[in-house]
Amino acid sequence: MNMITDTQTAEHFKKLRPAMAASRAAFGALLLRDLTVLRKSLGIFIARTLVQPFLLVFVFLYVFPQIGQGIGGGGGANGESSFATVLVAGVVALSIMFQGIQAVALPLANEFGYTKEIEDRVLAPLPVSMVAIGKVAAGAIQGLIAALIVFPIAAVIHAKGVHPNLTVNWVILLTLIPLTCVMTSALGLFLGTRIAPRNIGLMFGFIVLPITFLGGTYYPWTALAAVKIGGFSWLQALVCINPLIYVTEGFRAALTTAPHMQLYVIYPVLVGLCALFLWVGIKGFYNRVLS
Amino acid sequence: MPDTTSTKKPAPNVSEHPMMDEVIRCEKLTKLYPAGNILAVDQLNMTVHHGEIFGLLGPNGAGKTTTVGMLTTLVVPTSGKAIVGGIDVVAHPSLVKQVIGVVSQTNNLDRSLTVWENLYYHGLFFGMKSREARAAADKLLVEFRLTERAKAEVMAISGGMAKRLQVARALLHSPSVLFLDEPTAGLDPQSRLALWEILRKLHAEGQTILLTTHYMEEADSICDRLAIMDHGHILAVNTPKGLKESVGADSIVTISAAGNLDALAALLKEKIEGATKSQRVDNVIQLHIKGASGVLPKVVSIAEQAGFNITDLSVAEPTLETVFINLTGKELRD
Repeated sequence: MNMITDTQTAEHFKKLRPAMAASRAAFGALLLRDLTVLRKSLGIFIARTLVQPFLLVFVFLYVFPQIGQGIGGGGGANGESSFATVLVAGVVALSIMFQGIQAVALPLANEFGYTKEIEDRVLAPLPVSMVAIGKVAAGAIQGLIAALIVFPIAAVIHAKGVHPNLTVNWVILLTLIPLTCVMTSALGLFLGTRIAPRNIGLMFGFIVLPITFLGGTYYPWTALAAVKIGGFSWLQALVCINPLIYVTEGFRAALTTAPHMQLYVIYPVLVGLCALFLWVGIKGFYNRVLS
Repeated sequence: MPDTTSTKKPAPNVSEHPMMDEVIRCEKLTKLYPAGNILAVDQLNMTVHHGEIFGLLGPNGAGKTTTVGMLTTLVVPTSGKAIVGGIDVVAHPSLVKQVIGVVSQTNNLDRSLTVWENLYYHGLFFGMKSREARAAADKLLVEFRLTERAKAEVMAISGGMAKRLQVARALLHSPSVLFLDEPTAGLDPQSRLALWEILRKLHAEGQTILLTTHYMEEADSICDRLAIMDHGHILAVNTPKGLKESVGADSIVTISAAGNLDALAALLKEKIEGATKSQRVDNVIQLHIKGASGVLPKVVSIAEQAGFNITDLSVAEPTLETVFINLTGKELRD
């Protein structure tokens, strides 16, 4: 007789639910848990979403024009208005990016740490990869909310005479926002699983800051062609390794009529980054929770 | 889904199928951690029956936690096989998670949620409807005397309460087997006794439990059967009583003295009537006696005649500590 059997027959064995149904229910519950935690700290969430875009817009579009600090190349209200146009797209992109990293990477660093809080969710009756995907989904939802909060501010706050010139392309906007939210949350999963919890503070200095300053927030990518060494636009080429550049350029295409990177580059690259970050992120998640 | 269809058939009589009594079965279960090339668990064979409290007793590093990790899907076995609740752990980890409840050694409660929410969301994870999860959470809070702290943050409750909450959470989805890894480590004596009461009550209700411990009092007082583990191996499996009887002595004399203890041990073994074994364990001698009385005066006089100065002397019945020393030649306590 085969000593090992993997079919349940004895009467005291618990009746199993089908794997798919159990996974679906658990996945929904994991999302609900993350949204409950978000609801509990909604005030902090809104504040942290607002502080950076508010400061950017306040300094660049309100203070600078008033103190006569020239920005935007063209000079005067026209130049400032065109800078405002550049900045609105950058600010929305940056806010989603930050949200993705903050909503996924930071909590994971805690949950993987000494307390291993993630364990109870890893022991929920669904595949471990689905727990990781649940984290990304919850992060993406937070990014979406952040985008909705930030956009009006970026479009509205500015000094007298400075007007961002916005022309919304809804098709691009409505496809780009979800794609960006998923991509940045997946990036958060990748960072949160690959950086040791105790080093998570370093992430801001070495990863988030370079991404921000070299991500086309304050300038359009197309304008970087002017930065050359020996006829080669080196900076324009270099920033292509920055995921944020595709997001800011995408929002530039969605919100303005200004020059931007080609859409046939932006979309495939964003989809590719989603897949890449999800893949390495899920693998990293496995390594963290299983041994 | 063979797992679900098979449960719809009329269940066979358990007594006609002795194998059906098994809730856990491991065959040659092995874990080699590639980092450091550490063989944590080596070809472990073990069976846990329905309704029993089964203990893994051993010192830190014996492989107990790794074994529980493999049975609860958190550690991927290097080789071998494990069946829990009738399901292959390696082949169907998601299904196994439906039938196990796990209380880990560390406090891994969800710090973003309250005491009550920790139970409620756990219920939802396991597919309960909101109302069911709510009722189950309320009921368990009452049973585990946590109702007053229902709305507290989990960081704000005591270690004993946190452990009770972990046990309550692990039981919420009615698992076939409850795993507890060092459940009373770090608890104050009162909380430890309270947890033992809880485990005894669960046992009386028929809950199958596997726990790990390095406290022999705990193993002795609440386990039906014990596996003694060291260096990734199971050295002996029996009831606590059976293990103690296996020592083959009815009293153990422990002698502290100055001088060559190995020589004294050999001398006592030779001269004392009924001495079955005499060995030095660290700084003391343990003398096993069977079927003899009035041994202590004889020990003193033999030692003094040979010029040894006895500094301490005691006699006791064999304990699990004795069993462990017998099996490994070292003490269980670190």
